[in-house]
Amino acid sequence: MKQSAATDPIFPRVMHVASCLTILALVPFAGCKREPSAVSALKATASGTALIESSGGHQVGATGTALKDPLVVQVNDEHGTAVAGAIVEFHGPLGVSFDPAAVLTDSSGQATTAVTLGSISGLYHLSAVTPAKSHSVTLDAVETALGYQQRLGAILADRYCTRCHDPESSAERVSNFDNLEVKPHTFSDGNTLNKMSDADLVAIIEHGGPALNRSALMPSYRNTLSAAEIRALIAYSRAVSDPPYQAAGTVYANK
Amino acid sequence: MQFLKKVFSSAWHTLFGDPVRAFGVVSLVLLLALAVTPTKEHFSQWHRYQRQYLSLIRDRGDAVSLRRRFQPGIHQIWLPDLGVVDRCTTCHLGLSEASLADEHRQPFRKHPVIPHALEGFGCVICHGGQGAATTVAEAHHSQRDGEMPILPTRYIEAGCGQCHQNALAGTPQLNLGRSMLTRYGCVHCHTITQPDGTKVAATDHPPSLVHIADKSSREWIYSWLKDPQAYAASTTMPNYKLSDTDASDISAYLISSSKSQAGDTVAPGVKTVAATDPAAGASLYGESFCSSCHAVQNAAGNLVGGDVGPELTRIGNKVKPEWLLAWLDNPRIYDATTPMPHYRFTSQQIATLAGYLQAKSDSDYGTNVHLSATTPQQIAHGRKLIVELGCAACHEIGGVQKPDNFAPELSTIGSKPLAQIVFLAGMDHSLPTYIAGKIRQPRAFGGSTKMPQFSLTNAQTDAVTTALLALTSRSRSMPDSLRIAEVVETNYQPAGHAGKLMTELACFSCHRIQGKGGDMAPDLTWEGSAVQRQWLSDFLKNPNTLRPSLIRRMPRFNLSDNDNKELTDYILAVYQSPVVDPDLAPSATNSPDLVEHGRQLFYSKYACQGCHIADTKTDKGYIGPTLTQVGSRLTPAWVCAWLRNPQALRPGTAQPNQNLNEEDAGALTAFLMSLKGSSAKGGKR
Repeated sequence: MKQSAATDPIFPRVMHVASCLTILALVPFAGCKREPSAVSALKATASGTALIESSGGHQVGATGTALKDPLVVQVNDEHGTAVAGAIVEFHGPLGVSFDPAAVLTDSSGQATTAVTLGSISGLYHLSAVTPAKSHSVTLDAVETALGYQQRLGAILADRYCTRCHDPESSAERVSNFDNLEVKPHTFSDGNTLNKMSDADLVAIIEHGGPALNRSALMPSYRNTLSAAEIRALIAYSRAVSDPPYQAAGTVYANK
Repeated sequence: MQFLKKVFSSAWHTLFGDPVRAFGVVSLVLLLALAVTPTKEHFSQWHRYQRQYLSLIRDRGDAVSLRRRFQPGIHQIWLPDLGVVDRCTTCHLGLSEASLADEHRQPFRKHPVIPHALEGFGCVICHGGQGAATTVAEAHHSQRDGEMPILPTRYIEAGCGQCHQNALAGTPQLNLGRSMLTRYGCVHCHTITQPDGTKVAATDHPPSLVHIADKSSREWIYSWLKDPQAYAASTTMPNYKLSDTDASDISAYLISSSKSQAGDTVAPGVKTVAATDPAAGASLYGESFCSSCHAVQNAAGNLVGGDVGPELTRIGNKVKPEWLLAWLDNPRIYDATTPMPHYRFTSQQIATLAGYLQAKSDSDYGTNVHLSATTPQQIAHGRKLIVELGCAACHEIGGVQKPDNFAPELSTIGSKPLAQIVFLAGMDHSLPTYIAGKIRQPRAFGGSTKMPQFSLTNAQTDAVTTALLALTSRSRSMPDSLRIAEVVETNYQPAGHAGKLMTELACFSCHRIQGKGGDMAPDLTWEGSAVQRQWLSDFLKNPNTLRPSLIRRMPRFNLSDNDNKELTDYILAVYQSPVVDPDLAPSATNSPDLVEHGRQLFYSKYACQGCHIADTKTDKGYIGPTLTQVGSRLTPAWVCAWLRNPQALRPGTAQPNQNLNEEDAGALTAFLMSLKGSSAKGGKR
């Protein structure tokens, strides 16, 4: 074998290509594993069979900043009772950092980590992993990072839009949603808004609901908001859309 | 030696033995020397990125147009006025390519949408880093000779803050940080001079301690100094980590230096009513809208209420009963500049409210504090500590001068050379890390650091760090034309008796008038044009609510008829808008047809009922003010002008500008003015 490797000029090239491919294949995973030392320093005293999300998923933050609330997951055993002392590791795409990246569950079976999002706006698919008896259990959580324009949209939406468009009501900020006969769509209502083009949304915001034969209770904002502000509002609604918004237009073969 | 000589001579002979050979060798060497630079360039980092970019775009649908816009070689944005020489676009090739929005690999990402053009500002103005460099290491991370690495994304708003001294809608973190610098007392000790030469002024109201003994006991002061947050979680007072002796000595000095002042306290015999009616107290507390400014921790541990005044969760532990009675009677005697209004409570109300507040106490708070009698040495030591710690930078303290420039100036902290910074072991050597670390745990940077421990959340720390990172030397060398000035609070002061009344009632704590005051309540700059006399007078006497969903409302002051008239007259006469002309208003008596036309417009064309209630039976709109009595509240001229352009009268108002024509505005005004409400029929309320 050794002999043939030395004599056959093809073989080293194959080896070379193979190793290159292996390295390339590993590259996407390189960003996922963060601070392996932190993981190895922890000693799990128990393990569970299920992971559930307690809180901290579906948050909307700004790019590069820490999310307001920590991500909390709970490890359960087969009977559904919380397991203390199980190890949970958190993984995310490149640019996301967890503090801590691995943690033992507390007495109530919960693992808490602070999440800082990366510098690219969009959806971040995070995962929490805990080793179970035979295999490891993974839980996925999705967070949204807003860029400058989308965050400006969020601020404008808060000032002009959400009082009607968001049914969420609090003592500090009473929603007008329930008072409206034709119910407005929330900004994250992807099932409705994803079907509408940017031009349609601009038309509704600029000229009011009747422009597209919709509720007259939606006033015209053409003289109140600038074109850039209206674009920011649309960018924000696209960013928080659920299901996620896929921009129509040229679709590239390699995507 | 012989051998070396032999080798050398044979080599010489081989290379330069005859002229032809020598010529050939020299030519070859010259050729190689000439090839060095192109070869180096070929293998340079930026060239590699350009090749990567070309292979990246090769397979895309719009490869042809992307390829056409691609220019090989070093790119440069040169803006001599701004001192910008940026070659970032040499590698960051997709910054302006809209079709690369789905490409997340750096350095080829499209730049997110921002209001500035790349060619107009370059990159380093916002991001920092070395624009002229052509390698990643030098451009992004260089720290040589005071060079700054690029700003991490989490502090990127600091880049905006270099030019934008005003509060931008799109930079919430920077705005929060700036407001914290003035609200948490940072600028009492640290001087911050803005590029235009103005000094950042504090907006907090640290209480004077000159008469502190009238208000609080030495035991409370001691407990407070030891841990301010244990008394009130929301206080901005930092923790100085004092030893028991130091806290005891400081409290001793504060008590001994305090001078009693007539009127600060009510003589024990005067408190006639022993108010122990909690229900009446709670309802008076609610009616007076104390919670608009003061917060109280509820059973769940959440703070409920505003943050203009101090938290009142344990107020009974803090203040002496005889002081509280006097304070509620007229707070301006103890503190002439307090944001608290003079409510003009009756003595019965004062007693009820005082009893209610006094009961807000924690029986466990400060129970184990037993301070021995003070000695002159302790008092002297207390004074020494007060001077050393700079207490008088914030608080007025008897016998201690307010120190000037107590702490290092921060006007260019965002450009502090890293060579001047002593980092802690294990700390990332970067300015943002240093600033955030210093804010988070100042005492970790050595025992001689006087800066106290603030209790800030991570988001607050990031915000303050962002605001400080915006204070760069670049922001000072920027041309003035690029600088957008901060909106500075005016020092407007209304005149005469009405002006005195407005100060006493602390109108400016909530309302903004002519550029001065708070933003909790409506801006009153043009209130005189807006409202009718009878309504204003009634409202001042007994404020009812205009917006059903608001929980922070105008409190009721027990104004005398004369004061009420003075205030009404003043507001109506002085706060007149030049653009609202009463003579041009639609006539007060409108034809029923016009009113009906206005009603049609209200309900169909403009669908105002979405936000307003004109008829309580049918309308449910909950956002704008209730309009059932608007005809007896507002003037027709104002309504008409408002409908046509609300933002012109009150910038930032949420009512959209519907661009009404004169005819529609007139009809709507006629309809609205016909809504007189029930109270108008029944005469005065």
